[in-house]
Amino acid sequence: MQTTQSTEPFRVISGDGSVGNHQVALTDEQLVHCYRTMLTVRAFDDVCMKLQRSGRIGFSVPNKGVEACQVGAASALRQTDFFFPSYRDFGMALYHGVQPVEMMHNMFGNAKDSALGRQMPVHFSFVEPIKFFSISSPIGTHLPQAVGAARAFQMRGEDHVALVSFGDGGTSSLGFHSALNFAGVWKAPVIFLCQNNGWAISCPAEEQTASDGFAIKGQAYGVPGIKVDGNDVLAMHQAVSEAAERARRGEGPTLIEAVTYRMGGHSTSDDPSKYVPKEILDQWAEKDPVQRFQSFLKQKGLWSESLEADLTREATEGISAAAKEAEATGAPGLETIFSDVYAELPAHLRAQGEAAFDLARRKGSADAGDGAFPL
Amino acid sequence: MPTLTLIQAVNDGLKVAMRQDESVLVFGEDVGPKGGVFLATEGLTAEFGKERCFDTPLSEDGIVGTAIGMAANGLRPVCEIQFQDFIFPAFDQIVSEAAKLRYRSGGQYTAPMVIRTPYGGGIRGGLYHSQSGEAYFTHTAGLKVVIPSTPYDAKGLLLASIADPDPVLFMEPKALYRHLKADVPEGHYTVDLSTLRQVREGDDVTVFCYGSMVPVVEKAANKAAEQGIHCQVVDLRTLLPLDEQGVLEAARKTGRVVVVHEAPRFCGYGAEISAIIAENIIEYMEAPIRRVTGFDTPFPNTLEHHYLPDERRVLDAIEEVAKY
Ligand SMILES: Cc1ncc(C[n+]2csc(CCOP(=O)(O)OP(=O)(O)O)c2C)c(N)n1
Ligand SMILES: [Mg+2]
Repeated sequence: MQTTQSTEPFRVISGDGSVGNHQVALTDEQLVHCYRTMLTVRAFDDVCMKLQRSGRIGFSVPNKGVEACQVGAASALRQTDFFFPSYRDFGMALYHGVQPVEMMHNMFGNAKDSALGRQMPVHFSFVEPIKFFSISSPIGTHLPQAVGAARAFQMRGEDHVALVSFGDGGTSSLGFHSALNFAGVWKAPVIFLCQNNGWAISCPAEEQTASDGFAIKGQAYGVPGIKVDGNDVLAMHQAVSEAAERARRGEGPTLIEAVTYRMGGHSTSDDPSKYVPKEILDQWAEKDPVQRFQSFLKQKGLWSESLEADLTREATEGISAAAKEAEATGAPGLETIFSDVYAELPAHLRAQGEAAFDLARRKGSADAGDGAFPL
Repeated sequence: MPTLTLIQAVNDGLKVAMRQDESVLVFGEDVGPKGGVFLATEGLTAEFGKERCFDTPLSEDGIVGTAIGMAANGLRPVCEIQFQDFIFPAFDQIVSEAAKLRYRSGGQYTAPMVIRTPYGGGIRGGLYHSQSGEAYFTHTAGLKVVIPSTPYDAKGLLLASIADPDPVLFMEPKALYRHLKADVPEGHYTVDLSTLRQVREGDDVTVFCYGSMVPVVEKAANKAAEQGIHCQVVDLRTLLPLDEQGVLEAARKTGRVVVVHEAPRFCGYGAEISAIIAENIIEYMEAPIRRVTGFDTPFPNTLEHHYLPDERRVLDAIEEVAKY
C-alpha cells in the first residue's frame, strides 16, 4: 500500500471480480456475511425511502454506493473496539449484529428507540453488541472524541482501537484538525476513516479542499495516510486491518481515505439532480460496490442464484418486519423530555415537567405538527 | 405590490442589496447552485456569478472568520450559517472577534457584516436542527441581534442589517419561512433596527414575543379576545439593541405581562425583558410577569410539539395573568 498521493487508490477486487494473487483474509462465512450486510443496507435504504415518501418517518439518508466502505471497515474490527460513526454508516452497525429493529425504532423515534425519540432519524446510539457512539449532527465534533477514547484504551494498556468515520466535508471542520494533531502527538490507537463520497451536500470534494485528495492531510500531523478504493470490500478490509494492527502495536493513528461515491441524494430531502452531473453518476454506477463484491463471490464459487434469492428475501423481509414493529410501537411519554438531562432530575425540571402534565390535564395535549425536514 | 413568503422576502432582500452595492457578497454552505438548503439564496449565483455568491468548505469558523476580514477590507459579506445549531464552531469568531473589533481598535477597524441563520423548531429536526440560541448572542456586546417575523420585516430588517456599520446576527424563524404570503414592496426599503412592532392593540395584557412565536401569540390573543381579554401583542424584532422605552411603555399600558419565546427559560431572553420591567416600573405591575418558553432541556424530536410553546400554553398564561 502506498502513502503517497496522485496514485490510484489501493484496490484488491478488479472490475470483473478477480483478485489476482491476493490472499483473502476473511473466511467464506465472513465474506457471505459482508454481502448479506450490504444487501441489508440496501433493503434498509429502500424501506426508509418509502416510509419517508409516505410521510411515516421524517427523514433518512441513503447509503447507496458507500456500502463497501462501511462493511469492509467493520469486518476488520473486533466487537471490543469503539466505533464513532457518522450518520451514513448503517452497514457498520448491521455487520456487527445491531438488529434492524433497533435501528428502525430510531427511524420512528418511538418509545423503544435507544434515545427515546429525542434525536432525528439516523442518529443512532448503541452499546450492544458494539460500542457505536451516539451520533451528533454537528459535523466533525466526534473526531477528537474518538482520539480521547483511544487514549483511554492506550492508558489502560488495552489493545482495542477507536474508529472514527466522517466525510470529505468533515475534513474542513475544526474537529478534524484538532483530532489529527492530538492523535499524532499521542500516537493514539485511532483509525480515521474519511469516506470521500464526492459531495458534502451540494459542495463537490474539489471545492472542499485544494489538496490532492484527503489522505495527504495526515502528513502534516505525522499521521500516515492511505487512499483506498472505497467500493472494494477487500481493499477496505485490508487497509483497516493494517491500520488496526499498527494501532494495537502502539504505532499510532492512520488516516484512510476511502474513495467512493454517493449514488443517492444527501438525504431524503435533497434533490441531487440539481447539482450532480449525470455522466459522473453513470460512471460510478458501473463501479457499484455490491455488484463488484458479487462478481468476486462468483469467482470464488461462493455465489449462487439461490444464495442471492435467500439473502435478498431475508434482508427485505427482515427490514419490513422491523419497520412494522417499530411503526406499531408507541411514542415516548412526555416525561422523556425531562429525563436524562442530568443523572438526577433537578427541581426546576421537575417543576417544568409537572406544569406540562398539569396543563395537558386541564387544557388537553399539544397537537403534533407536520413539519417537513428540508435538508 | 408582490406578495411573498418570508423566505422569498429574504431572497428578494439579498438580490436588492447585491444589485445596489457591488461589495455585497453572499457565501456559506450550499448557498450557490443549490440555492441553500431552504432556498433562501436561490438564483443568486445565476444572477451575480460565482464571485459574489458561492459555496464554501464545511467550516463555520472559516465562513465567519473570512467574512470579518472581508468586512474589515471594504466588502459587505452576508454569510449564511446553514442552521443556527451549527454556528458554534464560529462562536469564537463572532463573540471574540466580530463583536469586539470596533472596541478593541478604538474604531480603526470594524466588521460591517451580516450572519444569516435559520433558527427554531417545527420541522422535526431534533436536538441539532431546532435550537433557538439567541441568548448566547444577546449576551455579547458589539453584536446586533435581529429576528423578523413577517415577510415585510424580513426584507426591511435584512436591508437595514446589511447597511448597518456593525456586525448583525440575523436569525430567521424557519418555521415561518413558508407560513404565509404578504405584501412586500419592490426595491430598497429598510425597517429601523431597535424599534419594536405593535402587532395588535389591547388594554388587558401585554404579550412580548418575537420570531416564530408571533403567530402563535396572535392566535392565543384571538382566543383570549373571545373571552373578553384583550391583548396587546408586541414583536420585539430587534433583540439587541432593544427598544427599552417601547417595552416599558407597552408593559405600563396594561400592567400585566407575558413573555413568550421558544428558547429555554433559564437565562433566556425573557429574563431580560422581565428584569427591565421589574427594575423600572414594578409599581405599575398588576400581576407577576409570566414567561412561556421552551423547557430547560435539549430540544426533543418526536415530542417537539410538547416542547414548543403553543397557543394552549400561551393562552393559559394570558388567562392567569389577566385574572390575577
Ligand atoms: C458543523 C455543521 N455544519 C453544517 C452541517 C450541515 N450538514 C449536514 S451534512 C453536511 C455535509 C457533510 O458532508 P460530508 O462530511 O462529506 O459527509 P456525507 O454527508 O457526504 O456523508 C452538512 C453541511 C452540519 N451538520 N454541521
Ligand atoms: Mg461527503
